Amino acid sequence: MSIEELISRITTAANNQPGHLLQYLYEIQYQYSYVPQQAIHLLAKKLSLTESHIHGVIGFYSFLHDSPRGAYDILVSDSITDHMLGSRNLLDVLCTKLGVKPGIPRNDERVTVATTSCTGMCDQGPAMLVNGWAVTRLDESRIDNIAEFIESGTAVDQWPEAFFQVEDNIQRRDILLSDDTNDGDALRSFIDKGGDVIFEHIESSGLRGRGGAGFKTGLKWRFCKQADADQRYVVCNADEGEPGTFKDRVLLNAYADKVFEGMTICAGIIGASKGYLYLRGEYRYLRARLEQVIQKRREARLLGNNILGKDGFDFDIEIHMGAGAYICGEESSLIESLEGKRGIPRNRPPFPVTHGYRNKPTVVNNVETFMAAALIATHGSDWFRSVGTEQSSGTKLLSISGDCEKPGIYEYPFGASIQDILKDCGAADTQAVQIAGAAGFTIPPSEFERCIAFEDVSTGGSFMVFNQNRDLLDMVKNFANFFVHESCGFCTPCRVGCSLMKDLVNKVHSGHAGQYDINEMLNIGSLMISASHCGLGKTAPNPVLDTLKKFPQIYEKHLKHTSYEPAFDLDAALQDAREITGRDDAGAHLGTES
Amino acid sequence: MNGNKTFNLDGRVIPFEDGDTIMDAALRAGEYIPHLCHNPEFTPHGSCRVCVVNANGEQISACTQPAEENMEVDNSSDEIVNDRRAILQMLFVEGNHVCPGCEKTGACQLQAVAYYTRMLSPHFTHFFPQRSVDASHADIAIDFNRCILCELCVRASRDVDHKNVFAIDGRGINSHLVINSPSGKLGDSSFAATDKAAHVCPVGAILPKHAAYESPIGERLYDRQPISVVGDVAANEQDEGQ
Repeated sequence: MSIEELISRITTAANNQPGHLLQYLYEIQYQYSYVPQQAIHLLAKKLSLTESHIHGVIGFYSFLHDSPRGAYDILVSDSITDHMLGSRNLLDVLCTKLGVKPGIPRNDERVTVATTSCTGMCDQGPAMLVNGWAVTRLDESRIDNIAEFIESGTAVDQWPEAFFQVEDNIQRRDILLSDDTNDGDALRSFIDKGGDVIFEHIESSGLRGRGGAGFKTGLKWRFCKQADADQRYVVCNADEGEPGTFKDRVLLNAYADKVFEGMTICAGIIGASKGYLYLRGEYRYLRARLEQVIQKRREARLLGNNILGKDGFDFDIEIHMGAGAYICGEESSLIESLEGKRGIPRNRPPFPVTHGYRNKPTVVNNVETFMAAALIATHGSDWFRSVGTEQSSGTKLLSISGDCEKPGIYEYPFGASIQDILKDCGAADTQAVQIAGAAGFTIPPSEFERCIAFEDVSTGGSFMVFNQNRDLLDMVKNFANFFVHESCGFCTPCRVGCSLMKDLVNKVHSGHAGQYDINEMLNIGSLMISASHCGLGKTAPNPVLDTLKKFPQIYEKHLKHTSYEPAFDLDAALQDAREITGRDDAGAHLGTES
Repeated sequence: MNGNKTFNLDGRVIPFEDGDTIMDAALRAGEYIPHLCHNPEFTPHGSCRVCVVNANGEQISACTQPAEENMEVDNSSDEIVNDRRAILQMLFVEGNHVCPGCEKTGACQLQAVAYYTRMLSPHFTHFFPQRSVDASHADIAIDFNRCILCELCVRASRDVDHKNVFAIDGRGINSHLVINSPSGKLGDSSFAATDKAAHVCPVGAILPKHAAYESPIGERLYDRQPISVVGDVAANEQDEGQ
């Protein structure tokens, strides 16, 4: 198929909507391993966009490129839990075998090997993406095989199926995961009892957003319902990007019907006829199955016009793919991305509930929230309130990874204590638990009696365990790098602050920092919290600030006991010269210690 | 009560109308809130964060925050000024801002706001990014070293000139201004010196050619009076002949 034909096919399928730009680029990327200039030119003409605008969108998303990556585009997951399972060593081995440097396409344009933010396979890592498809449980033998497949030109769809096996790893079930209702039960209940009654149940259930922020779901739906508009939208946020989180992956694999049913209930209540599932690019492998579920639901009249025969109850769902941008988990960035743009968070007010997708009232909820809503519609609010705490009703899915015997998905009633959870997952000799991901908090053993709840330790579900043998500063460094990579770049404190913070963490890590640098980290962190445009910048310094407070010893052991250490590293400054001359012997280095 | 709404800014009562941001009302009342990406002629952007104020206990950007009745706004405490200064220092180290060698010195809003907030040094470690200069256009030069990503040129070219000459590419610390032309050069674009976008840059990134040093150093916009008195570069353009 020529580029013209491909573009004609994909744009026609979406009625030439410029808002689908990201979706077109995604298709082209995986067809050619990049978005060729000719494609940009054709799209610009067809959609009446400028080429620089399209370049800007490509430049924003990690998985899109404007130069060839080769027949094999490999991205090794760079989450701290992947590191702990040996991903860095495997990356080196693969690069050596293939004769490539990370991030630089091989000269024969066959392969690129690079790293990417957490791919959501922390319970079965180390993991990678090859041409967007998830590969799990990497070890030296898999890496050997992969290198051979690449050298022999074996197409990715010919690689062993076992490489692409993704397990659900459900370790503990409660009211959500022991669901045994039939598809459509919630909708039948909705039609039998009426939308108002079901809405009352959603509100009185006390359901709060499962993404981590904990906003009351019923209230969000009410704001949206009350907003004056001719069209409303329901959006399911499946951009599960927080490092260490993978529960949405499991829900979409094993409970997709319930998620879509929750979206449909929401649509019925607020009066929306169109919904989107925004699926993170890392979950490309789930897409075909999700499309099948949607199709099956249309055939069963659970989606489409006159749902279950109810006149005027029209709702359909479309899947939009993300393309490697953590910030798109923020609801207004997600909406920008749905509209095909760079995922820059919007100024608020106005909020998405009144001015969201295409400037229309929009509900954006997490995957888990929609599933809970569907089950509340079936079983009622008392059923839901019967578990959890007063302020946090129901259960929470935790994605547990790191130093424990049984990583995977654990569903607990809110109020479960961290020490009980640690016991259940087989964690021993635990130094710390990182809760809520890179933007979250580091919990020391002295706080293990604390509970998972909105009023105590709040989390979107990431639960990473670190035992006593780990250097927590490795974690801090990993998160600092993560935020440099994921900051959208819109506002100054986050754009520049993340980089300054990363440099300071590296300075400590490499043993070149003093107390002055610690004070600088505190100041920069506090500025980022107070002055950043969105939640990313406001939480990015958390791992540094929280560990400085609770684990000062991980810094102190690296510190030089001087008041000031220069940032300028004379030896590092010689790196360009070493590369030019091809020297890396001892004589080409200055002593690192003064 | 409509028409009589007010809020307090550093103890002074500021009247406002529905739809006003804190910035709108303050500027109208003659109160200066430092800013770089804000220009009253354009939709508020909120990206530079220099206009950060404390409103009812929360730090927010004055240019995007709607004014509210009886709001208490702190625009001048040490805490606010320290935050602003640190944000300016971040902008200075992120790019390559060499004031003594810059044609815009004395009439640069970044420099003027830095003076206003009593910034004495860039403080942070310089990034020294490798950026280019584009002198391909007959009348206007672009020095990307000085771009602070305020997107005023992007907005002006899009919303006023309807040319979309500029866009932002990249993400995070790699975000950068790009030009919409086949070569990526300004000279190949539809840009003209008469474009609105040629007259909104608050720093020395977009500079007219053939007019360098017509206004001598010492007699420039901010050489005589502080920015809190004379206002933005863009608003003074005609008077200055810059």
